[in-house]
Amino acid sequence: MLEPRDESDLREIITDAAVGGKNLELCGGATRAGFGAPREAEQVSLRALAGVIDYDPAELVLTVRPGTPLAEVQALVEGEGQMLAFEPWGGEGATIGGTVAAGVAGSRRVTAGSARDHLLGLKAVSGSGTAFVAGAKVVKNVTGYDLPKIMAGSWGRLAAMTELTLKVLPRPRETVTLVARGLSVEAAHAAMACALGSNADVSAAAQLQGGEILLRVAGFVPSVEARCLALPGLLAAHCPVDRLTADDAAPLWWRAMTGGDLHGSVRWKIHLPPRHAAGLVRRLEAVGANWAMDWGGGLVWIAVDRTDDLVRAEAAALGGEAALVAAPEEMRARIPAMHPRATGAAMLEDRVRRAFDPQGVFATNRFEEVADADQL
Amino acid sequence: MTIAMPLPDADTLERREEIAAALRAIVPGEGVITDADALRPWESDGLTAYRQPPMLVVLPETVEQVSAVLRWCHAEGVKVVPRGSGTSLSGGALPLADAVLLGMGKFKRVLDIDYEDRIAVVQPGVTNLAITQAVEGRGFYYAPDPSSQIACTIGGNVAENSGGVHCLKYGLTTNNVLGVELVLMNGEIVRLGGRHLDPVGLDLLGVVVGSEGLLGVVTEVTVRILPKPETARAVLVGFPDAERAGACVAQVIAEGIIPAGMEMMDRPAIHAAEAFVKVGYPLDVGALLIVEVDGPAAECDHLIEEIARIANANGAVTTRISRDETERAAFWAGRKAAFPAVGRISPDYYCMDGTIPRRRLPEVLRRMEELSRQYGLGVANVFHAGDGNLHPLILYDANVPGELDKAEAFGNDILRLCVEVGGVLTGEHGVGIEKRDLMPEMFSEEDLKQQQRVKCAFDPDLLLNPGKVFPVLHRCAELGRMHVHHGVVPHPELPRF
Repeated sequence: MLEPRDESDLREIITDAAVGGKNLELCGGATRAGFGAPREAEQVSLRALAGVIDYDPAELVLTVRPGTPLAEVQALVEGEGQMLAFEPWGGEGATIGGTVAAGVAGSRRVTAGSARDHLLGLKAVSGSGTAFVAGAKVVKNVTGYDLPKIMAGSWGRLAAMTELTLKVLPRPRETVTLVARGLSVEAAHAAMACALGSNADVSAAAQLQGGEILLRVAGFVPSVEARCLALPGLLAAHCPVDRLTADDAAPLWWRAMTGGDLHGSVRWKIHLPPRHAAGLVRRLEAVGANWAMDWGGGLVWIAVDRTDDLVRAEAAALGGEAALVAAPEEMRARIPAMHPRATGAAMLEDRVRRAFDPQGVFATNRFEEVADADQL
Repeated sequence: MTIAMPLPDADTLERREEIAAALRAIVPGEGVITDADALRPWESDGLTAYRQPPMLVVLPETVEQVSAVLRWCHAEGVKVVPRGSGTSLSGGALPLADAVLLGMGKFKRVLDIDYEDRIAVVQPGVTNLAITQAVEGRGFYYAPDPSSQIACTIGGNVAENSGGVHCLKYGLTTNNVLGVELVLMNGEIVRLGGRHLDPVGLDLLGVVVGSEGLLGVVTEVTVRILPKPETARAVLVGFPDAERAGACVAQVIAEGIIPAGMEMMDRPAIHAAEAFVKVGYPLDVGALLIVEVDGPAAECDHLIEEIARIANANGAVTTRISRDETERAAFWAGRKAAFPAVGRISPDYYCMDGTIPRRRLPEVLRRMEELSRQYGLGVANVFHAGDGNLHPLILYDANVPGELDKAEAFGNDILRLCVEVGGVLTGEHGVGIEKRDLMPEMFSEEDLKQQQRVKCAFDPDLLLNPGKVFPVLHRCAELGRMHVHHGVVPHPELPRF
């Protein structure tokens, strides 16, 4: 594993690889290295490019190097009563750069947006070893193409980020979880949709296998109290709701947000139109799947033991996309991690990828590459 | 009139009749406009200082027609400028003498509304406000609200990544769009995103939003709709100077409040607005702040008191809290009329759009005053204070020889100042032609080349909306687009230029 100490080191490593026809795999804490096909490319860890460059809470902007541990960034902004509103999460050693590059977002994603919505600007080194800047360090900017959007969630396939500017927001003063139990999947889903579609400003909604829904109400105390009083009435046609203590709520949200402790050796992450989430889990329960649902049904975690792509086919049939996030190596070699795209979009994506990485330095076989995207 | 457009291609101009005939075969009837008088209304957008009748206008009605028009133009090397309703303030839809103007105004249908999943699927010619009107009966709305929302279309909003007064809390267009159908310059139709969050693969949608019509033509848009807040309240606060108003804004945010809107006006803007709409703005203050909160009534009542407290602690000289909807509307009436109000006190005005780190506001205003004296032109400021987005309005008279040039030079100096203090050239109006030549103030040659390489992935012949955004157009081959893998050139038998 290579560990550049600074941007100039990194440029040299990438330029050498481009000239020598070598592949490199960019990583932060490598906590999600199990995602994607087995590959042999040398890892380049950006962990040593760490530290906060600028943080001005009143401007709602934080500039940080990619190798800074995610936990450190979260502790820093919490200390100022703020948060990364997309609720990023990761394992031990996860870095802010890796988390953004993986497009990770938590339960608040359904109302507050994803990593892409909070990455305002960056510095990076492209696959040809050239440093460039994109976006800016202010919260409102439309100058030039919005390249930070495409860097978030790009899994290191475009360029190595050396500096990230993120939007931060005030942390809610009070957070309450309301719970309803004993519901059918369909009834639970209807209640979640009702809550998210109401003006009670529910910031997250999840459903767990076994008929439980969680609704998060956050903000200033008088507002939270008023909304917690209003929600039972708004949901009267669906289900009664109770308050959960923060300690009881935390592990349940964790399971919804991360798939947590679901039993099964193969883990899928499905993004789909929420209205189809109940239908999907019904069909997959029939083949023995365990599941958890977040984002009001827009995210479904599936755990199974079967190593075929039935789960992906079922998701696709309902307008969803299934990513294979954890599986035995043999399965990962056979089944692409990312949901296949329509040909036109896939070829466009590959041309854009090469706009950043013309030599294919970061094309490591981890994700499927299109053979010849110029042939339209 | 200092911004030069690419020289028209003489061959293309000579082929005008042939091009019109070919496009009439694709869009029959009245869908192709070539008559000189009929072209006149299309000669400019919201940046009215620049006018250029297009070679011809085509108004397709179906995706297939858009695709066929683009495919034909691509094959024949004819340039295309896409246009929504033409409200761009940066010249994004300015026609070119040798280009087809592709008007999307006939794509006016709302295709689907899904209240359960809180999305609406609309055609690009639907106006921003019409989306809200289509869903408000069920208690929903579309959040981004650019001031031109009665006229501007969602297709144009996608191209420009439009904002509005509520975007600190609710985001820009890009944060509220889930998917588009896009026709590439070669006629290919692709779908990016769709009806769910975080689609697989690279976020091409994120790059298309805000690409100013340079990457493709949007033929369908899927947006998020939100439940309408239960209520809204506003507070109108006068300060002796912008410094204290700025300190108030910083403290509101530091105390954890993200208002739905937070607008500042300086003394010239206050006086112009009050003279125009007479809503009772205090005239003896140096800066006026309108802060609006929305949400549950209990929240609004709580926050509005907190904001009034913070305002008073920061030296407010007048504080008025809206008691009802009429009063809240009155607070906004002056701000919303600020542009036409300035239009009454000056024959012409030029609206700028930089963003700065808010903490630099007093310094920026002071230096703007110096520039105002230096150029001998007045300036009134309205300011989306929450997110640091400045709209200086430069007052000039186009009938005085040289004054437009002077206004543009003044504007350019303001934008350079924004970049110098750590801000950007444009917060919501786009680069277009207006700020095109200032791009090197903010981006290095390499930064701009990286953006142009992305352009080349979508439109390698640079036929879509040329002359906009980029100060220098590099041919794609120059940018090293060609993929050389392990030293082997693909298709070595083909000539490369």
